[in-house]
Amino acid sequence: MAAQHSDFWILERKNRRQTAILIAVFVVLFGALGFGLDVLFDNVEFFNGTIVGFPILTLFALLIGGVQSVASFYGGSSLVLASVHARALKPDEEPKHQMVLDVIREMATAAAMPVPKGYIINDPAPNAFATGRDPAHAVICVTQGLIDQMDREEMQGVIGHEMAHVRDYDTRTMMMIAVLIGGIAMLADFAWRWAWFSGGFRSRRERQGQGNSGDTGAVIGLAIVILTAVAPFFSQLLAMAVSRQREYLADAGSVEFTRNPNALLRALGRIAETESPLRDASRGTAHMFIVNPLEGANEDQESFFANLLSTHPPLARRIARLRAMSGQGASAAAPGAA
Amino acid sequence: MVAPTILLTVIIVVGAWGILIYNSLVALRNQVQNGWRQIDVQLRRRHDLIPNLVEAVKGYMQFERDTLTQVVEARAKAVAAPDTSSRIAAENQLTGGIGRLLAVMENYPQLKADQNVARLQEELTTTENQIAFARQAYNDSVMRFNTRLQTFPSNMIARNTGFEPADYFKGAPEDQAVPKVDLSMSAPRA
Repeated sequence: MAAQHSDFWILERKNRRQTAILIAVFVVLFGALGFGLDVLFDNVEFFNGTIVGFPILTLFALLIGGVQSVASFYGGSSLVLASVHARALKPDEEPKHQMVLDVIREMATAAAMPVPKGYIINDPAPNAFATGRDPAHAVICVTQGLIDQMDREEMQGVIGHEMAHVRDYDTRTMMMIAVLIGGIAMLADFAWRWAWFSGGFRSRRERQGQGNSGDTGAVIGLAIVILTAVAPFFSQLLAMAVSRQREYLADAGSVEFTRNPNALLRALGRIAETESPLRDASRGTAHMFIVNPLEGANEDQESFFANLLSTHPPLARRIARLRAMSGQGASAAAPGAA
Repeated sequence: MVAPTILLTVIIVVGAWGILIYNSLVALRNQVQNGWRQIDVQLRRRHDLIPNLVEAVKGYMQFERDTLTQVVEARAKAVAAPDTSSRIAAENQLTGGIGRLLAVMENYPQLKADQNVARLQEELTTTENQIAFARQAYNDSVMRFNTRLQTFPSNMIARNTGFEPADYFKGAPEDQAVPKVDLSMSAPRA
């Protein structure tokens, strides 16, 4: 278990690095788009291999990118919660809501972490996610469907999984991915719309039929704008690859907290039986949930391409891994058996 | 001139390394102490809850006098315990008693209808779980701390700076036999 502790530091460092890379890529993309626009608007020109002119739009785009990164870091979790229409859990609404809040507190104790806030989505599809920039600002959000279908032990398994995301700082990375991918998509959308309305990727001077110095510039501008357009796709691929591996790790973390693989095992099995997708989940937030909210669990595909394009490993494989843990884990299942 | 420089460098490096180890041991010891405080908070909460729960259920459970009395007595013993080891023994006894009480309560459907009892029951259930998880986290931190005290090279620093190994919070032997409390107040299975 001493090893587990250092594993957690490694995970946290990895997450910090990935978040930094993500922000850097985001800001560079913004800058690149700004530069592409600068070229197209003839703010800068290529003259004998040097760049002439003042790239005002580039600087402006970099500024926006930076500001949006900072805003995402501090406001990302409220943005995510608002986009899935989540509201704070209140203990007196329903006895089982009190139970969920209690289980969140129990798992925080098991993880020796601050107690996250509890949120709820009014949706019958059983699902859950966690968000927040660090454990002190963490939020764990469950659906009404999860509350209705899980007993206390299964709820511990699910919340334990979310608690592991919080401890490993997955919540920060996932939150930044959710918000910044949204930003990149908007950016690409804007670039294409602008190109459409301005009648193609030609510089102003070209359109007015004067000179050919714009040619190189237009090509570069076009390349950059295309790059921005495919960026959302690649950033999404990255998000998926990053999040798939994390689901296994969080499953293992849940077992570490509850010392009871059967809890999460039963919960995932129960979720696998339901087919309804979650209403308010989108491509931007799908990777945050404990199971893919966009498809019924029965559509779980095993093929390579399905894997590549999925934010979650197939439920069947996660269940198999947990079963392996519970099979050999008779000694590990006893609390305080240290 | 070269030899003293090398010697000085070695002394500085070893000294800095010793300070780092010492600090990490202090951090681990603080974790252990904090872990104990977490358990303590939950145990006290349990002490406060029991009189209320006993008061609320005693009308319904006339036939379970023994169970109720056991819980009340174990609580009194735990509250009055003069030192840590006797307190741990009394608390373990109390854990067993509450486990039995919560199990027996399942036989009284009228209890579930009583909102006050249901609320107290949830509170006691979560407190029991909190105690179990706090104990688990505490024992993990004790293991990390003691391992550092016993393994090379940190044991050399620990030996000369007065670190004492911490004690595990051991459960009662019967405790292992009692199944984990699972009292979902309403568990509609889909």
